[in-house]
Amino acid sequence: MARLTQENVERAREIISRYPASRSALLPLLYLAQEQDGWIDDSAMEHIGDLLDLTPAQVLGTCSFYTMFKRQPVGRHLVSVCTNIACLLNGGYELLEHAEARLGVVVDETTPDGEFTLEEVECLADCDRAPCLQVNYRFFGNVTHDDFDRLVDDLRAGRLAETVPAHGVLNREQPPPVSVRRADAPHGAGD
Amino acid sequence: MAFRDAPDILTSRLRYEDSHTLERFLATGGYDGLRAAVARPADEIVEEVKTSGLRGRGGAGFATGQKWSFLPADVFPRYLVVNGDEGEPATFKDHMLIERDPHQLIEGIAIASYAIKCTKAFLYLRGEFALGHERMSRALREAYTHGALGRNVFGSGFDIDIVLHPGAGAYICGEETALLSSLEGFRGEPRIRPPFPAVKGLYQKPTVVNNVETLANMAWIVLNGGAAYAALGQGRSTGTRLLSLSGHVNRPGNYEVELAKSTFRDLFYDPALGGGIKGGREVKAFIPGGASAPWFGPDQLDCPLDLDEVQQRGSMMGSGSVVVMDETTCPVRAAWRITKFFAHESCGKCTPCREGSGWLEKVLRRIELGAGREEDLDLLLDVCDNLAPGLSWPPGQTTICVLGPSIPSPIYTSIRMFRDEYLTHVKEGGCPFS
Repeated sequence: MARLTQENVERAREIISRYPASRSALLPLLYLAQEQDGWIDDSAMEHIGDLLDLTPAQVLGTCSFYTMFKRQPVGRHLVSVCTNIACLLNGGYELLEHAEARLGVVVDETTPDGEFTLEEVECLADCDRAPCLQVNYRFFGNVTHDDFDRLVDDLRAGRLAETVPAHGVLNREQPPPVSVRRADAPHGAGD
Repeated sequence: MAFRDAPDILTSRLRYEDSHTLERFLATGGYDGLRAAVARPADEIVEEVKTSGLRGRGGAGFATGQKWSFLPADVFPRYLVVNGDEGEPATFKDHMLIERDPHQLIEGIAIASYAIKCTKAFLYLRGEFALGHERMSRALREAYTHGALGRNVFGSGFDIDIVLHPGAGAYICGEETALLSSLEGFRGEPRIRPPFPAVKGLYQKPTVVNNVETLANMAWIVLNGGAAYAALGQGRSTGTRLLSLSGHVNRPGNYEVELAKSTFRDLFYDPALGGGIKGGREVKAFIPGGASAPWFGPDQLDCPLDLDEVQQRGSMMGSGSVVVMDETTCPVRAAWRITKFFAHESCGKCTPCREGSGWLEKVLRRIELGAGREEDLDLLLDVCDNLAPGLSWPPGQTTICVLGPSIPSPIYTSIRMFRDEYLTHVKEGGCPFS
């Protein structure tokens, strides 16, 4: 598994054409793999390398720098609790401890049923609603412990499927058009 | 929303639930600024922005028009890169502008691109802003259909593409040269300057990197003139800006204020702004401009919200995030958490930052947990001094970017203000606040 599907290869080629240099498409293509599989495995990175004329090591070198690229499977719901300064001052750590107790895991673990992975994260830029968290990068603010319990129940029951797509799906909108695309020419050309 | 008599420049549309839609944007004067801009010579737009005195809202506060003028003449292609990687702890203004008024940003990007004569702009948007990505994708599609983007914008002959690019969870990519590395598909490591991005930036081409809020001002400046913008504020702090207020206040939120015309006390206590401290408690300390900024004590409450004034008093307005800590706050725990952030986000390229951030975090943690020693305070200050020699502001530079030399800010200022409380942790073998 985990090479890009033919449909995603087509999407990848469209993405690559937006940039004056193909390597710029590396982060977007890693997102494409993560959207397809929920995480990014070695064969996906090799395939992306083939598409961009990069070695697997070059792809891994970039991929491993960024916390949002998961190189191990994560649960269907990635729960990211902020504990940075504004959340710290408003109960962020207490919320994280509650989350651990409620889910029965510690930070960076996944529940046995594969539903939830819990992580502690840095500031999410939602500080007027501290303490805040994200599920699959969708925001929830002013989260009380009761709110958290309800959120877990709703997610497990599939009641939030509209607002919280599966992990890996970052952007459900169609890509915007680009009027000038890169010709198959050395970088900087076609602009 | 703007405090006192200043106009709402950035937030005029936010009173509407549907502020993010093209319909609302057009019904409230949207794209009039772009239409007006492309009808004038590009150099005039640069002059308007210079006249406005607008300074970058990302953190460094560099004059925007001046930054543009560093582009070498007649070198093409050139690029505009928009920094939407908002990650400075407790800053959440760009997040709001992106989600709530994406067309205002698109219009600003198009105007700036026209002014600097570039035809391809990149919007580097923080990965965690999933809703922002969706709203921005939709808005970009609408803008193309509306004729505001693409070939021959509004029939003017000006062409512009905006490519939306996702970040992936790295604070350092908000640093402009690290952002360029990331946008080129590499690890987000900063680059040595010179050459500056204006000369050799993205793909080694002349590049301007501007913050989201900075560009959100463009339509207003074009429509009202740079002089009208400069008439707001005072001295070198012109116009309005968004302040992200959080922590122990009754009304945390983003507030658009006219610069230099009000103080931190107004921001915290005015009923239309922070609305006072939670539970009627007292301010113990506050962070005037993001986690990188040295802390202020209550003696600075009457400091005006003025970039130069805050700097003269030893800190910065930075990214515009203000965090209030009341008397129940443990300064060691707060300083530790911010340092833990920097240790996590150090890219690892420069030794003082990579090594120093980790050691500082460990020493602060052991003090907080009750295993500290009295000499740890001197140790902290010594390591801090290795990162930012002299422990003053702006900090001495030891690394390629400013992340490393910013790490000491919360540490040395909290030790100076609350040395007794640090020592209590040591003497009592634990945190007196827990």
